[in-house]
Amino acid sequence: MLKTFSKGGIHPSGNKITSTKEIKRFPLPKVVVVPISQHIGIPSEIIVEVKEKVKKGQIIAKSSGFVSTNIHSPVAGTVTKLDKIIDSRGYKKQCIVIRTDLKDVSNLEEIEYALKEEITLTPKEIFQRISDSGIVGLGGATFPSHVKLSVKEDKKLECLVINGVECEPYLTADHRLMIEKTREIVVGIKILMYALPVNKAIIGIENDKKNAIQSFLSVTKNEKNIDVAVLKVKYPQGSEKQLVKALLKREVPKNGLPLDVGVVVHNVGTIFAIYQAVQYNIPLMERVVTVTGKKLENPSNYWVKIGTPIKDLIKEVGGIPEGTRKLVNGGPMMGKAIKSTDVPITKGTSGILVISEDEASRGEQQNCIRCGKCVYVCPMGLEPYLLMNLSEKGMYEKAFSEDILTCIECGSCSYVCPSNRPLLDFIRFGKEIVKNLQNAKK
Amino acid sequence: MKNLPIIVSASPHIHSEKSLKKIMYDVVIALVPAFLVSLYVFGIRAFIVTSVAIISCLLFEYLIQKYLLHTKVTISDGSALITGILLAFNLPSGLSIWMVVVGSLFAIGVVKMSFGGLGFNIFNPALAGRVFLLISFPVQMTMWPTAVVNNTTMVDAVSGATTLGIIKEGVMYGDTITSLSSKIPSTMDMLLGVTGGSLGEISALALLIGGAYLLYRQVISWHIPIIMLATIGIMTGIFWLINPEHYANPLIHLLSGGAILGAFFMATDLVTSPMTKKGMIVFALGIGIITAVIRLFGAYPEGVSFAILIMNAFVPLINHFFKPRRFGTVIKSKIM
Amino acid sequence: MTVSVLYSVLLLVSLGIIAAVVLFVVSKKFYVYENPLIAEVEEMLPSANCGGCGSPGCKAFAEKLVNTEDISDLFCPVGGNDVMKLVASTLGKEVAEKDPTVAVVRCQGSCEVRRKTTEYQGPRTCAISAMIYSGETDCQYGCLGDGDCVAACKFDAMYMNEETELPVVITDKCTSCGACVEACPKDIIEMRPKNKRDLKVFVGCLNEDKAGIAKKACDVACIGCSKCQDVCPKDAISIVNNLAYIDPVLCTLCRKCVSVCPTHSIIETNFPPKKEKIVIKKTEANVKSVKPQKNA
Repeated sequence: MLKTFSKGGIHPSGNKITSTKEIKRFPLPKVVVVPISQHIGIPSEIIVEVKEKVKKGQIIAKSSGFVSTNIHSPVAGTVTKLDKIIDSRGYKKQCIVIRTDLKDVSNLEEIEYALKEEITLTPKEIFQRISDSGIVGLGGATFPSHVKLSVKEDKKLECLVINGVECEPYLTADHRLMIEKTREIVVGIKILMYALPVNKAIIGIENDKKNAIQSFLSVTKNEKNIDVAVLKVKYPQGSEKQLVKALLKREVPKNGLPLDVGVVVHNVGTIFAIYQAVQYNIPLMERVVTVTGKKLENPSNYWVKIGTPIKDLIKEVGGIPEGTRKLVNGGPMMGKAIKSTDVPITKGTSGILVISEDEASRGEQQNCIRCGKCVYVCPMGLEPYLLMNLSEKGMYEKAFSEDILTCIECGSCSYVCPSNRPLLDFIRFGKEIVKNLQNAKK
Repeated sequence: MKNLPIIVSASPHIHSEKSLKKIMYDVVIALVPAFLVSLYVFGIRAFIVTSVAIISCLLFEYLIQKYLLHTKVTISDGSALITGILLAFNLPSGLSIWMVVVGSLFAIGVVKMSFGGLGFNIFNPALAGRVFLLISFPVQMTMWPTAVVNNTTMVDAVSGATTLGIIKEGVMYGDTITSLSSKIPSTMDMLLGVTGGSLGEISALALLIGGAYLLYRQVISWHIPIIMLATIGIMTGIFWLINPEHYANPLIHLLSGGAILGAFFMATDLVTSPMTKKGMIVFALGIGIITAVIRLFGAYPEGVSFAILIMNAFVPLINHFFKPRRFGTVIKSKIM
Repeated sequence: MTVSVLYSVLLLVSLGIIAAVVLFVVSKKFYVYENPLIAEVEEMLPSANCGGCGSPGCKAFAEKLVNTEDISDLFCPVGGNDVMKLVASTLGKEVAEKDPTVAVVRCQGSCEVRRKTTEYQGPRTCAISAMIYSGETDCQYGCLGDGDCVAACKFDAMYMNEETELPVVITDKCTSCGACVEACPKDIIEMRPKNKRDLKVFVGCLNEDKAGIAKKACDVACIGCSKCQDVCPKDAISIVNNLAYIDPVLCTLCRKCVSVCPTHSIIETNFPPKKEKIVIKKTEANVKSVKPQKNA
């Protein structure tokens, strides 16, 4: 019996067309646009000036608070401007623009580091290294990892959960990483288990990634404390709370964190970044990005430097195909549709999806027929039709008491609605207003 | 970015294949077997009543939306079509055309449109239309043509009665069930549809086929039909065991009257049924109990229509009390 | 028969008397004393219940007026100076006179001049579309055209121009209650003084991008060139973040800035046509009359 979460969930088609494509190294970008806010929390503070020469891996913006992190230059080059460049939502945000030095040795050579299994740092040094290296949750949430790993005294940590689920259709970045860097990821897990400390780890992988499951099973054959759990393919299995429920049958309490049930969850990409930072002192400068789409000439997975403009990626895979109507930064269920390919790749970009006419348009909105499908699929046990109604009518107090703030914005409700109602749009809006009202009360 | 502009919208950017039209047309397909049986048993009149009901429902919805409310005309979504078919299925085939039209006007105009249109009505329009006609024209609404095979004439309704009607009247006058058994159709007849009754409710088999199709297509879930029929069966069964001469056996109750039609097509109407599975169970229990009580002790022989309408009125309350469990909470028997 | 009728009548009459007594007792026991001035003041107020005064409704405002010592900073924008003077004289307190203001839409980016580069699909309400992304054009500061302001106006003083997709304020009906200002998520609507004959001069743009980017997105964008600031005799114009702003208090409506703006970003309303036009025509005629003579 495959493990799964019991409440809600949907089964969109996987469309994992790039799952067999080995990760290629993306060619060096000529210009790198690095936003200062790529993570949840306070934007980083710029510490370089225009015309300054920067080395690869040099800190160009430093952490400006507890929930913040460092940002490193992904290339060696010169800072050309500190300008406002368009982000995924179409608003211009402060970025550091660096022109790559195409002749610099550190840019041209890409060292393949051998596997290093020995852990030489102390736990304190490990956490400091993670904090200094600018590592954030690479699953898409971009929460600074060192903050997540700082366990308060009153909470007991029992298990480390590794999220290798990648439940979003089309995306295969984590899948390929798990196949190609299995040993490194396991060392990364051991590093965390030593540092936290915790004596049990479970790697959760969905059943459609059989080769990754096999790879991990063989590498962890002799590891007593690291288990591999195979999960049923269901969206949103990759959500933290649903993952903990499926693997450990524990429900994170409402408005709580996985730490409340003794668990901390990390994405495989984050674990790999931690491995590189701790073992070789390499800060977070690049990540795996899936560039995909049914009509693309050459959909692929790439190691991309943070700050590479998306238009470079599109050009590399053969250009925008005829009839493209939507470009999505992320997966089709939770990603953001972008209006310009000038938007740069950030730490949270797991994929670029090119959608053509037949799938791009929303259907026409009709009346709610009270079919109850949205209630049936909601993994958090909410009633989306009611929350949309309350948000529309401005009944925010009632929306709060109907637990609108516990919505994880997975999109399952809008996906199934036969009347094409924009349920998630209104729920997000309601959440904003309710959050503001709650903050105003305090 | 060639030709047409890039679209920007909020996530999710993909959608399931489910759509309103698909759901509605699935229901229409599920009703086809019952319609064919009614044609076979009641002949051309069945066709006339059904098509008049459909056309007048569509026409009234069009007129009201376009000229009275000045909103978008949505007759192509299929909901008025279904209301027309279901209304017709609840009427005797001998009903006058103008009565069918009046029933359609009530169903669409009063029960559906005046509440706000699709998705806003509290009561099932077809059932409410049927009850309206029953109360307004009680004589014509209880004149059942005898079931004659290969009926191709337009002869006026000859007074044959439904199974339940025979039983109710007989028992009131002191007959025992055994003495009535010659007058009521056999189980096979009731399954196939060679019995008196409204257009749609006669053939249990055809309706069960339609119901199975709806379950297969995931348009409805099993909770309401199974629990409703089980409740009716159990309640009538208990009384039949106590006094088999006074109360008919549960099989007769399940196969005759509007029980199966109601269970699979009327009670499961998406708009007027509860949103959660727990709520549906309570809803179905209520319908089953009320139907059984009316059939066993009430003045009317058939109770399904009234039972469903009464429980429709409770649905907002059911939705309020039977909410899904929120993830991360423990149910402490909170009723608020 | 008559006995039963008698009984019925007696029963109903006694029920009525009991109800009357209960109501009387309750109305006396639970009587809430209210200052009669409050009701009097409330009568004077326009009963629009729009919240423009800052209180939740006219009754609440009346209470505030009666109960506050110093009402010089309280003002009802709908009633205006006339109503406030009346209230002040009734209560024996002083009120400040305020210049009437009117809502002004500070974006002129119609479909013609501000081209759409993307198509938006989703709920057509500004509150949500602003949350999702920056709009269908390349100007992230401009009007989204989904009409939250029009919907918020309780006085029918706004409508959406279908061609330009911009909201229009009917200044005669505007009571400056401020509902549209609240409703706009991009702060495009501003309350500016409604001068005599409703003359106004304001910058119809909020674009803070650099000149090249702003002009590319919209033909009538403010590019921050500061020509207006140079020419203003009263120093009423300030340029912050590539955007000009005309201070309504200092502005004397001379309109020098309007003619000097290279992108026609500054708007003037309700001024009579300039006399200069006639002068230009004369010189043109002069030029024309000279040329043929030369040829001949």
